[in-house]
Amino acid sequence: MERELTCIICPRGCNLNVEVNYNDGSNKNKYNNGYSKNYTIIVKGNNCPKGEQYAIDECINPKRTVTSSMRVSNRKDTMVSVKTEKNIDKDKMFKTMEYVRNTRVCAPVKIGEVIIKNIFGTNIIATENID
Amino acid sequence: MIYDVAIAGAGVIGGMIARELTKYNLSVLILEKENDVAMGASKANSGIIHGGFDPVPNTLKAKLNVKGVPLLYKTAKELNVPFKHNGSIIVAFNKEEELVLEELYKRGLKNGVSDMEILSGEEAQKLEHNLSKEVTKALVVKSAGIICPYSLTIAAVGNAMDNGAELKRNFEILKIEKTKNNDEDLFKITSTTAEDVFSRYFINCAGGFADKIAEMLDDNFFTVIPRVGEYMLLDKSEGKTVEHTIFQVPTKNGKGILVTPTVHGNLLLGPTAEEVYKYTDTKTTQKGLNTVKSLAKKSVPGINFKEVITSFSGVRASEENGDFILQKSKNVKGLIHAAAIDSPGLSSCVAIAEYVVDILKEILQEDGKELTENKSYNGKRKDINAFKKMTVEEKNLFIKNNPSFGKIVCRCEVVSEGEILEALRINPKALDLDGVKRRVRAGMGRCQGGFCTPYILGLIAEELKIPLTEVSKKGKNSKIVYKEL
Amino acid sequence: MIDGTDKTKNKDKENFYEYTKKESYQQEKVENENMEIEKELYTEHNKEYDIEHDIVVIGAGPAGMAAAISAFDNNVKDVVIIEREEKPGGILKQCIHNGFGLHKLGRELTGPEYAAYYEKMVNERNIKIYCGTMVIDITKNKIITVQNKDGIFKIKAKALILAMGCRERSRGALNIPGTRPSGIFSAGTAQKLINCKGYSVGKKVVILGSGDIGLIMARRLSLEGAKVEAVCEIMPYSVGLKRNITQCLKDFNIPLYLSTTVAEIHGSGRLEGVTIAKVDENRNIIEETKKYIPCDTLLLSVGLIPENELTKNAGISIDNFTNGAIVDENRQTEQSGIFACGNVLQVHDLVDYVSDEAEIAGKGAADYVLNKLNGQIIIKTVPGNGVRYVLPQRINLIYEYNKNREDYKREISLFFRVTKPFGKIKYTVKLGDKVLNTAIRLKASPGEMEKITIKANDLEKISNKDEKITVNLEELS
Repeated sequence: MERELTCIICPRGCNLNVEVNYNDGSNKNKYNNGYSKNYTIIVKGNNCPKGEQYAIDECINPKRTVTSSMRVSNRKDTMVSVKTEKNIDKDKMFKTMEYVRNTRVCAPVKIGEVIIKNIFGTNIIATENID
Repeated sequence: MIYDVAIAGAGVIGGMIARELTKYNLSVLILEKENDVAMGASKANSGIIHGGFDPVPNTLKAKLNVKGVPLLYKTAKELNVPFKHNGSIIVAFNKEEELVLEELYKRGLKNGVSDMEILSGEEAQKLEHNLSKEVTKALVVKSAGIICPYSLTIAAVGNAMDNGAELKRNFEILKIEKTKNNDEDLFKITSTTAEDVFSRYFINCAGGFADKIAEMLDDNFFTVIPRVGEYMLLDKSEGKTVEHTIFQVPTKNGKGILVTPTVHGNLLLGPTAEEVYKYTDTKTTQKGLNTVKSLAKKSVPGINFKEVITSFSGVRASEENGDFILQKSKNVKGLIHAAAIDSPGLSSCVAIAEYVVDILKEILQEDGKELTENKSYNGKRKDINAFKKMTVEEKNLFIKNNPSFGKIVCRCEVVSEGEILEALRINPKALDLDGVKRRVRAGMGRCQGGFCTPYILGLIAEELKIPLTEVSKKGKNSKIVYKEL
Repeated sequence: MIDGTDKTKNKDKENFYEYTKKESYQQEKVENENMEIEKELYTEHNKEYDIEHDIVVIGAGPAGMAAAISAFDNNVKDVVIIEREEKPGGILKQCIHNGFGLHKLGRELTGPEYAAYYEKMVNERNIKIYCGTMVIDITKNKIITVQNKDGIFKIKAKALILAMGCRERSRGALNIPGTRPSGIFSAGTAQKLINCKGYSVGKKVVILGSGDIGLIMARRLSLEGAKVEAVCEIMPYSVGLKRNITQCLKDFNIPLYLSTTVAEIHGSGRLEGVTIAKVDENRNIIEETKKYIPCDTLLLSVGLIPENELTKNAGISIDNFTNGAIVDENRQTEQSGIFACGNVLQVHDLVDYVSDEAEIAGKGAADYVLNKLNGQIIIKTVPGNGVRYVLPQRINLIYEYNKNREDYKREISLFFRVTKPFGKIKYTVKLGDKVLNTAIRLKASPGEMEKITIKANDLEKISNKDEKITVNLEELS
């Protein structure tokens, strides 16, 4: 199976050509994702190792950063911007947004402070200081 | 409560009539179907104070235009509405049009217009450097000027309110009936939303809906022909392209495409003149905008269209016979029509108001009633732009006592928070985003509110004590944000 | 004095998350009071201005902050920043998405984080930011009139750095026919309403323009539960970053229609729908392709315009292509001592490059104050085939050549944009006929700024002062 991807790691946006095989072929880019199956994934078009990793993740378990903002309950007309500390599974984006929407923050908040703990394997942290 | 006079329509005519009426001891009610005043023809027109050479001699238009111009200048001063006496130039491009110019000159003399002069093409270009080299002759009318039509309307209504008139907005008239109360003839006015109101006299200046109002009273002897004019507005950087208002020779549909500076320093091009199906058809079209562009270029070839900041269209309520309809109803006692006020309605507005009030006086006399003067009447209105006119020293003093005037909210037009709050507090208070924009120009500049809208929404919500989700662009169904996250 | 900028930077990086911001509101108050006191001190001596500073920076966005830091680190300590909003950070405050800082800081940050990083460096240097203060005028002589809640002041600067950023093109500038309902926002306005005010702007959305802000907003609105019906782009290619097409549109199944525009706007109160249509190669609407899409919101992401009204007031010439000031390699405008950087100079695709450019301007301004800028010969740069503009537009050389001078060892970067998307190409920089540098790229797009460097000492033997530096593009098969 072949896929054409655009790398989202950096603004360069390399075009990636990815070939995924479900056997244990002898290609150099052999990748074992820890599940029972072995994938053989060949990535072309990347200009850096991060691009290769992105392509592999994108085929097996695509991940994204979610950013949003939350209302600060004890400050007038104030929002604090937040993000997932690590990337989360792409299909958990909307679920993550639900958690974000249903949470109110109390100031003061510091950059990096955990706002929601342990959701889908990461935390939601503040990306802005609110005094 | 029973009002002495109800006025349908808070346009420049309604506003000026209301103001004129508050000079007497009368209870005056202005009914407006929109969320703000000046929402029809008074909102979007060329803002020209015409010299008066154009109307056919001996018509109401001719008489009231010439009489109205000095009255308008005087009233604008009292109301603190900015205007400029910049003069206008009507240009001809060929022999045929030159003949029309001469005709206009003669007509102007008949109408009593002074200060006119016919120039050669070269002389005209000397007077106005960016004028097309193709211009062969030009008629200069020095008494002409420019004014901001909606500022004038807002000020007129506001001043009337300061003097006791009442304004009901979002009052769309559904039905008007004649009733009796203790042997007194009354108009019972029913709307879609509010309670019925009663008045002894009724003045119909409902602009594009004047014929509908007449119909409600079975007095329909005229039909309003809605006509739309499309405009383009350019940034202040282009405001000095011309000094005078440049007209082309008039056609049967209107005074043609003009190029004019505005009192606020922008450059305005337009209008087209298309008959439309409905008075509310105020949309712009590709064709219309192209016409504006090409015809404006004909007069002033160097216009920098890169600096267009907005385009819009305005409506005119015309009528077949071409003259203003200013008369008491032949069928309905106590009813006065002030209808079909298209150009030069703005130039004539104060004269029209006086004319209408004279008609009312006649009716009152017939009814054996006497008008007494309102001793507390004050024709001067608080200047919403007072801060702008101050010297730096005065501003500094003022800001010390009113720090909100130091905080600039609209960067393009340099409008402070204090001025926006004034717009939300002074009669007739702004109730929506466009209302703020028309009163103090916040959001009227080159970014068209891109930066300041979120902040102004907050100010409106706070001042009107409504949630931000209820703040609208122009009332009714024009909310801006829909949900708090 | 702080030297060894790199060291500082690394330290900054380490401390980043531990850093707590000072209480900006209180600070601002104190600062404004200071301004008041300073004003009183100065007015006695001189009526022309109230306060004096070595370097005044207009704007505390990414450009202004980086420029101020750079000026400070280049040995001018009396630097102040004037900011119209209540907090520094500029437009980054509302850019809550990630993707900033990879080039400059080596890691991916969100907009507010990137801004906080620079704000911290500004605070460490005790560079004052006058927040809530609007510049209402600047003059050739570098007298700056400002207004805030304390009144109106005049500041005299030895050098002035313009970093006012840019604004979005509005609906009016596009002349889209139709009615004027509510529900039409420029993408940035919607971004501010959603991210900073916490209000959703609509349920069914069409976006005109595939610029990055438009794409980012397509994702943001989708995540907030709105349905983005389409993104229309009048050009035959997207002008946004390719990764944003993937992560903002494809991830959410949002269609991108190229060579398509909004032909008409419908609705009297709130927006009810738009007519979209294909355009031909001259961007004229093809009537038979008109299609109605019901929607309650239209976002416009149709280009950014540098905010150069103040610049023009000071009589500074503007480049017709960048819409920013004409500058030399130090980002000095034609008025000596007035510098410009960031989006007010040219619209950048990445904030990282804004910071780079601001550092050049900051150093330039510091050198100017320290009398180290004394160029005498001006060589113009001009865009050649396939190139839309080149910045800097001029290079300022010192007349007497001395190869030991630091000035002559330096490299000068030329930034430019191509006119349309290209495949494999070669760039050639020439001075007259002399080739100064070449570069080969596998692809180029108008949405991405290109860079090529030349060496100052290559410009030594100018036979003809009218000779120009040209950047040419050549397509390779």
